[in-house]
Amino acid sequence: MEFFRIKHDIPFMRYGKITTAISLLTFLFAIWALTAKGLNLGIDFTGGTVIETVFTQPVHTDQIRQKLEQSNIHNATVQIFGASNDILIRLPVKDIHNNGKTSEIVISALKTIDPAVSLRRVDFVGPQVGQELYDNGALALMVVAGGILIYLALRFEWRFALAAIIANIHDVVIILGCFAFFQWEFNLTVLAGVLAVLGYSVNESVVVFDRIRENLRKMRKTAIPEIIDNAITTTMSRTVITHGMTETMVLSMLLFGGDALHNFALALTIGILFGIYSSVLVASPLLLMLGVKREHFIKPVASKTGVSNNGAQV
Amino acid sequence: MNRFPLWKNLLIGIILLIGIIYSLPNLFGESPAVQISPTRAAFKADATLQQEVADELHAAHLDDSRVTLSGNTVLVRLPNTDTQLKAKDVLQSRFRDGYSIALNLVPASPAWLTAIGAKPMYLGLDLRGGVHFLLQVDMQAVLTKTLQRNTNDLRSQLREQRIHYTGIDNNTNGVTLHFADATTRSEASRFIGNNYPDLQLTEQNLPGDFILQATLRADALKRLQENAVQQNITTLRNRVNELGVAEPVIQQQGADRVVVELPGVQDTAKAKEILGRTASLEIRMVDDTHDIAAAVQGQVPFDDDLYTERNGMPILVNKTVLLTGDYITDASPGFEQQSGQPAVHVNLDARGARIFRDLTRDNVGKRMAILLVEKNKSEVITAPVIREEIGGGRVQITGMESPQEASDVALLLRAGALAAPMDIVEERTVGPSLGVDNIRKGFHSNLWGFIVVISFMMLYYRMFGIFSALALLCNGILLIALLSLLQATLTLPGMAGIALTLGMAIDANVLINERIREELRLGTTPQAAIHAGYDRAWGTILDSNITTFIAGVALFWLGSGPVRGFAMVFCLGIMTSMFSAVTISRALANLVYGRRHRLSSVSI
Repeated sequence: MEFFRIKHDIPFMRYGKITTAISLLTFLFAIWALTAKGLNLGIDFTGGTVIETVFTQPVHTDQIRQKLEQSNIHNATVQIFGASNDILIRLPVKDIHNNGKTSEIVISALKTIDPAVSLRRVDFVGPQVGQELYDNGALALMVVAGGILIYLALRFEWRFALAAIIANIHDVVIILGCFAFFQWEFNLTVLAGVLAVLGYSVNESVVVFDRIRENLRKMRKTAIPEIIDNAITTTMSRTVITHGMTETMVLSMLLFGGDALHNFALALTIGILFGIYSSVLVASPLLLMLGVKREHFIKPVASKTGVSNNGAQV
Repeated sequence: MNRFPLWKNLLIGIILLIGIIYSLPNLFGESPAVQISPTRAAFKADATLQQEVADELHAAHLDDSRVTLSGNTVLVRLPNTDTQLKAKDVLQSRFRDGYSIALNLVPASPAWLTAIGAKPMYLGLDLRGGVHFLLQVDMQAVLTKTLQRNTNDLRSQLREQRIHYTGIDNNTNGVTLHFADATTRSEASRFIGNNYPDLQLTEQNLPGDFILQATLRADALKRLQENAVQQNITTLRNRVNELGVAEPVIQQQGADRVVVELPGVQDTAKAKEILGRTASLEIRMVDDTHDIAAAVQGQVPFDDDLYTERNGMPILVNKTVLLTGDYITDASPGFEQQSGQPAVHVNLDARGARIFRDLTRDNVGKRMAILLVEKNKSEVITAPVIREEIGGGRVQITGMESPQEASDVALLLRAGALAAPMDIVEERTVGPSLGVDNIRKGFHSNLWGFIVVISFMMLYYRMFGIFSALALLCNGILLIALLSLLQATLTLPGMAGIALTLGMAIDANVLINERIREELRLGTTPQAAIHAGYDRAWGTILDSNITTFIAGVALFWLGSGPVRGFAMVFCLGIMTSMFSAVTISRALANLVYGRRHRLSSVSI
């Protein structure tokens, strides 16, 4: 079985302007969503309390809200979660006077409604810890981006590294933009997903770049845009199948993983879809714009910045 | 050209065999157990205790239990959780004092696996249920307490040295001493400099007031904080032992935080209360010389604190602490012999015993107050009159309201005091039902994804698809074996990590297979195509995996809790996938195709 039997190279680079325009638009849209709506940060980053409980019979959220008010807990968000006897209670950080004790007050308030209420989960994050997790997350993003940039600059050339990292940051911004636009909750697990995407979608650029480098050495007479087209076309099949397989696993998580993994899988799905797009249609045109030349690889003796003679042999 | 030497095949075989053996324990699951471990040095878990436990269970008709001895713990394995709870109750009523009885889950794998150190993966709290606390040590309180002690010390020392000061008080960051003239101040400065190396002195002059400001040196402050955290950890460990929790985790995080993880704990309120309590004992003298009525009106003498006794009577107590709970070696609840009132029997160590003997000898006929200090609030439990010198370090404290209180106080005193109060800054509690749910969900995400992926690979690449599928299976086995071997904590995000790395691992095989197809299309002979496919793809595989690995390492370094679990799996998965996707699938291809000299076609 074979899906891709492409006889002629697809002239991707000719559409360079269109694709760049499309990604610029999505990128700007994502930036707009991030600034106008902002991320719906989970309690991991803002601090606060989330309590998940199971009642023995269906309850009214109003009744719970009332009981909580009586226990001096205001501004609680009470929502039904799954079945009508599963209740999720969220408390914003500003209402927590007594930090660690809050969950007990809530539980004892709920016990007055249903003595057999059982606790499924309590997450309490103090405001200070939330801030630290936020800072560490931002730092991790930068460290990953920086690390990849340096590695690619050493292994290929700085133009490749720069093109790949811009394409990747573009993916990350779009994921964040989607989360902001739809106001999906952004928590620690989602952040892990975003970082995984950053590491993963660089793969795609690396595979295409590897082929470009190989072609630069092999196809001496061909112009650069054609070389890039050929590299993309020949790796097309692999691109689609690989991402299809990874997405299969991610979809399986989305379907069977439950709430805890839902947003994580969502972040990965967006990341994988835009990862394909960006590495093919963002990174490569960027490479062209940055002015990649055959000389960067052909004459290692000339020793330009980061020239390497690793990889495929002619 | 497509043949591995024998040693290479053997090596792959051995690695796979080890992988299978070490991933095996995960198939057997865990069986409920109750563990009995002594909490005091005087008791030992030995064959006698094992026999006693077995007899006790036999008497309670819990015959299908298996009692074993492991280390300083007696383990009772039970067929199900119902009998587990029953057995716990039975054992708790029998071994009440000096033993900690905890529910536990022990691997149900056969003995030979356990003997070679093959254990199932260590499940994180989100999979097994339990509580995770992050506690912040209140360093300001540590500082205040130390300065208070220094102030008391200086007050009495300077008086002893006949260095006259006009005033002494402590503020948030130091002790301020006031003197009438510069000579006395320099005398005091010399004395303090010689005897208190931790204090740094600065002078300050006001008209008619010569001030000496003593602050803690930076290194002394750092040492103080380190000691406070260390003592708190020790205390928490003692308290957790008293709670009876199997496999607790208590460790320092950062400069002033402590992580406490209690797997399987259901009653979080009780756990929180016991962990957070900062109870300590103080013995001070009652001041009967001043007018108590005036004190109630607000004129509390300078050296005294006003408290209310349990019978409602006001009482004046001297500020100087003569003895603290730090000297306590043991405390147990009991009853006072004559009156039958609930009491706590306290044993002091040699130094404490000496201090206590001296103070009782010097103060016969006077009243001493025993205070319970909790969260910066002190309460006078009892204030008895000292009838005679008490030696030997055995003290009996009455004044408890109930036997329950006596037993709580004994527990707190025995477990030691916290050096500083702590606040819970993060709590994550997962109920056991959610834990089981999470395991099922994580497992299903992996299973269905895996089935679809390998089915597609086998359809699309035929024989080479089978190689890839087998390589992916080996990858899964090796990853699980590695996680089990390292006893890395598996969390739900970690299970997602397994799924993700499996999905990403197939990338290497797709790269190789596509490359082989391409070579074949260009007219290369099958053997050469296989060779070139593996050879050329390797550089690309390496590059793309290293960049992903960078992300994993950063995540592990900066992540916390479950995210760390994800990062761990992610990094390990990249390593196993490099091995299995390239080496194992190559070995399979070599075995099937490598030996044929005239290979006309390959199934790809």
